[in-house]
Amino acid sequence: MDQGFFLLFAAASVVTALTLVLARNPVHSALALMACFLQISAIFVLLEAPLLAVIQIFVYVGAIMVLFLFVIMMIDVREAVLQRFLPGSNLPVLVLLVLLGVEMLVLVLRSDRFSVAKPVAMRTGGEVRQLSTTLFADYLLPFEVASVILLAALVGAIVLARKEPE
Amino acid sequence: MVPLWWFIVLGVVLFVIGAAGVLLRRNILVVLMSLELLLNSVNINFIAFGHYYDDFRGQIFAIFVIAITAAEVAVALGILVALARNKSTLKVDEVTMMKG
Repeated sequence: MDQGFFLLFAAASVVTALTLVLARNPVHSALALMACFLQISAIFVLLEAPLLAVIQIFVYVGAIMVLFLFVIMMIDVREAVLQRFLPGSNLPVLVLLVLLGVEMLVLVLRSDRFSVAKPVAMRTGGEVRQLSTTLFADYLLPFEVASVILLAALVGAIVLARKEPE
Repeated sequence: MVPLWWFIVLGVVLFVIGAAGVLLRRNILVVLMSLELLLNSVNINFIAFGHYYDDFRGQIFAIFVIAITAAEVAVALGILVALARNKSTLKVDEVTMMKG
């Protein structure tokens, strides 16, 4: 049951990710990425992280992708549609990517440090409460730092996107 | 029960696809979107390991990654709008202002 759902969501997310990389039109890429994020949030639900799934939908699909679509609307994207990939030979990059993937798989799956075989016992109920207690008690300083970073990014984005006075 | 290595394989596949988008595509917007995909594939790994080791730190790290990603996207799209206004190009290989 779980495995079937996982395979479904994983296949859909891989297909939409490929669509993102291969689509000619940036709007199609943005929509494919949105679909991919929805699949990934479904995978978070399978991992019993419902809070993260909701945050994923709110932040990525609701905010970030809408921001992307707004920027696509503001900028004329027609000239960029014509050529999808960088000019020149892309073979070294592809070889590098395959090597990267194989290396990650081998390093993680063959390593002795992760006993990836047997899962530990599942915890019970009240998960979001525990998570937020941990977040706001043990990780309070990183939380505040993240909020300061968000504020700095807000100010920076406004300053960068503003029209410069003549 | 889904085995842990399925999640890892999914994360690796999405990461490689995203890296291909970053390295190969010519449009800056698509490069930024592929960057989002990279960060998300890492989040899958964080949450999968956190789930299987019964540890909240995976989810907390994923929350921080999402927050930093939001900041990064805001700044990157601001830079993109300024770039499109000043140079009117969206091709990665034509942006060579910082050559020195």
